[in-house]
Amino acid sequence: MELRKPHEHHIEPNIPDEWFVPKVKDQTEAEAVVRPSLSYWQDAWRRLLKNKLAMAGLTFLILLIVMAIFGPIISPHDAAEQKLANQNLPPSSKHWFGTDELGRDVFSRTWLGARISLFVGTVAALIDFLIGVVYGGIAGYKGGKADNVMMRFVEILYGLPYLLVVILISVVMGPGLFTIIFALSITGWVGMARIVRGQVLQIKNYEFVLASKTFGTKTSRIIKKNLLPNTMGPIIVQMTLTVPSAIFAEAFLSFLGLGIQPPLASWGSMASDGLSTILSGHWWRLFFPAFFISLTMFSFNVLGDGLQDALDPKLRR
Amino acid sequence: MEKVLEVKNLHVSFKTYGGEVKAVRGVTFDLYKGETLAIVGESGCGKSVSAQSIMRLIPNPPGKIKHGSILFKGMDLTAVKEPQMRNIRGADISMIFQDPMTALNPTISIGEQIIEGVLQHKQVTRQEAKKTALEMLDLVGIPNPVERLKHYPHQFSGGMRQRIVIAMALVCQPEVLIADEPTTALDVTIQAQILDLFKEIQSKTGVSIILITHDLGVVAQVADRVVVMYAGKIVEAGSRREIFYNPQHPYTKGLLNSVPRLDIEETELVPIGGSPPDLFSPPTGCPFTARCAYAMEVCDRKYPFKTRLSQEHHVDCWLQDERAIKMLASIK
Amino acid sequence: MTAYIVKRLIAMLVTLWLIITLTFFLMHSVPGSPFNEERATNETVQKNLEKYYHLDEPLIVQYGLYLKSVITFDFGPSIKKSSQTVNEMLGRGFPVSFELGLVTLIVAVISGITLGIIAALRHNGILDYTAMTIAVLGISIPNFVMATLLIQQVAVNWGILPVATWVSPKHMILPTLALATGPMAIIARLTRSSMLEVLTQDYIRTAKAKGLSPVKIIFKHALRNALLPVVTVLGSLAASILTGTFVIEKIFAIPGMGKYFVESINQRDYPVIMGTTVFYSAILIMMLFLVDIAYGILDPRIKLHKKEGS
Repeated sequence: MELRKPHEHHIEPNIPDEWFVPKVKDQTEAEAVVRPSLSYWQDAWRRLLKNKLAMAGLTFLILLIVMAIFGPIISPHDAAEQKLANQNLPPSSKHWFGTDELGRDVFSRTWLGARISLFVGTVAALIDFLIGVVYGGIAGYKGGKADNVMMRFVEILYGLPYLLVVILISVVMGPGLFTIIFALSITGWVGMARIVRGQVLQIKNYEFVLASKTFGTKTSRIIKKNLLPNTMGPIIVQMTLTVPSAIFAEAFLSFLGLGIQPPLASWGSMASDGLSTILSGHWWRLFFPAFFISLTMFSFNVLGDGLQDALDPKLRR
Repeated sequence: MEKVLEVKNLHVSFKTYGGEVKAVRGVTFDLYKGETLAIVGESGCGKSVSAQSIMRLIPNPPGKIKHGSILFKGMDLTAVKEPQMRNIRGADISMIFQDPMTALNPTISIGEQIIEGVLQHKQVTRQEAKKTALEMLDLVGIPNPVERLKHYPHQFSGGMRQRIVIAMALVCQPEVLIADEPTTALDVTIQAQILDLFKEIQSKTGVSIILITHDLGVVAQVADRVVVMYAGKIVEAGSRREIFYNPQHPYTKGLLNSVPRLDIEETELVPIGGSPPDLFSPPTGCPFTARCAYAMEVCDRKYPFKTRLSQEHHVDCWLQDERAIKMLASIK
Repeated sequence: MTAYIVKRLIAMLVTLWLIITLTFFLMHSVPGSPFNEERATNETVQKNLEKYYHLDEPLIVQYGLYLKSVITFDFGPSIKKSSQTVNEMLGRGFPVSFELGLVTLIVAVISGITLGIIAALRHNGILDYTAMTIAVLGISIPNFVMATLLIQQVAVNWGILPVATWVSPKHMILPTLALATGPMAIIARLTRSSMLEVLTQDYIRTAKAKGLSPVKIIFKHALRNALLPVVTVLGSLAASILTGTFVIEKIFAIPGMGKYFVESINQRDYPVIMGTTVFYSAILIMMLFLVDIAYGILDPRIKLHKKEGS
């Protein structure tokens, strides 16, 4: 192409002539990516690290898990050991969290309760995850009629008052650990299924998924390689938030007398026992389990919030 | 010609946690009464930011006008207080945005959305405001306006919605209308109708229009003058004729070559390779150097001076220097 | 709209029928049928039961008869409290529980929305962090813990408010507070995030470009859209308030439906459990229905299109 002559030529002063030579081109320069690119997970992790509240929650949860494992071991008293002479002792150097009406050490029982609460929460979340992902994944992936029927069913389950159903099942099956987990899972997976289906519906129309479909990739492979990684974010968040609601439900049931039965202890049953004595001033019997339920739920909630922010692809920069 | 708006040496930056993005780096242009000025460039070149700065709609934080002035009716818009700015927005300077599907509030009837603008700026009764709204809807070509006034945005097509957005922007007879990619989200046939509407309204009301677009086809249809932006700077500006028939900056040429044209023989389309520089740390020299076919050593070292080619036409490029012309001639 | 309401009404009835059926068969699947002789305490009760449930008939006939009586709003007699019917218990307990639930819902909605708006408008400011920390705490502290904390501090230590029962407005404060904290926190968080989302929408920018004042933009343009998601959770919040009344009524010794329900659970008084469950479910389903209608009124898009999927 020819350069048209401008109306007036001039020579810019203070610019040396030798600069007017063709530039030696670095071929990669024009296409170079300036900032280092982080993978989705690295980026998410970096953002989570910045969220102080979420990190505090994570730290507490790790401590809690450690204490749930080792707490009963390091405590000088056995959780089931009853000494009527030691009835309702306030916290002291001997009994750090005091004792209950049977003279049992509240410190030891608190960590025993942590085991139960964490166990219930984790197992409920895992079961929700398994059922929800399979059900929601199939509904979303198949679409059409199958999706319609499957989601109608979910909708009905969703309309049922969750805790009421859990209570009914507990009444019928008789209280116990297995009952609680069963009752929690029977309705709990619905939320997960809805989330997974929504994500799958959205993602399956993305071009990269359509592309692998046209290559004749098998369905199971598409689900594994394309859909799952992309739906992981909301799923992780949902699981993190399922745990505290399961812990709450367990405590709630125990409080109504439908939960964990002795000799097992859960925070809910300890708080329920403690409530009856609050007016006689044995505050520690209520305080410690209540405190740990609240702090655990708090930690899971802030961690879940933090994960939600960190895993949201829209917030990536 | 009377100047309505003078933008002088405008600098706008955004603070992000990767650092400061210098989105607009010294932009100067004027807007004359009754003309259409097009600002063209790739996405991210700072054209929308410049426009939103005029309306002071840059979200602050993170955005900030660091430097420069925007003169409107003797006022510097970068310095006026927010309440006064509110009296200007919608009344003296209006803006319409790219996507008519999201620019209207889905839960408020379109009539109310037009009327509230009138009531905000004019001392009129609701009835009078409604009458003005009806006239405006009629002007922008909404059939059956009395009935349509009560309808909600989702009951209109994309093209119709953009007409409503235009009506909303013009209802207070502003002197300046800033249209940010007003046709990008629309079908081609609808695009032409909307552009015709702009021309028609301009001839009726004498409004000055700043049209922001990346689409040179749109520019060719309606613009009187064109400003070409690249990496936060104006690299070339001129009348429509000058830009289309006598482009000087390699970037302008590149833009023209990447668009299908019917008026010249040459039909081969050449995309511009590469991508714009990172505005976290813009290069000291000409930002286009890395993508420029005529790049010289000087381009990397120093930003070119402005060369004025005519009353309107000016360009920032080292190729305007005599030594560059000689050098290129010798290579050939 | 009408077609939509009819469709929702049918779905509502189906859900209710499912719950009745589920409850009936669950209760009858309890090992060593709950309605057999040794469960009942005296002869009158036993006779009432047999008459009511036709225990000699096959299960399916009993089911049919139960369905029929539920439709006529007759939940039968209690097995533990002779000469009392479930209807009588509901009649006594429901007004109290309704009062508690309604006041709680109102308190939660008003305070939650206010907190959420403040947090959104002061995004990333100190008020935002404070409001949201309060909200996460509110979600994390179970209502029974909240209740006992309040009793311990306000009623026992300070002695400002009565410890329990439900006789004057003063007695209502603590239970309402304990019950409202969780829902309030949920509403506050939802309002905040939804408000923040709405504030980034194009139509808010359009409103700004019109020169509207911030107050107008927030209350006229943003709030209504931001509250749409809040309306959708009202149904499930009502459910959580309702189940919350079980423990709150137990702790504060409030003579509401929840108290009867918890008692009936502990005593395995199956007819009462069945009756209250069905009644509770009916209320909740009703609530979900009302929420849907309210949503349709608030969002003009619903009228033309069918309700969009999740």
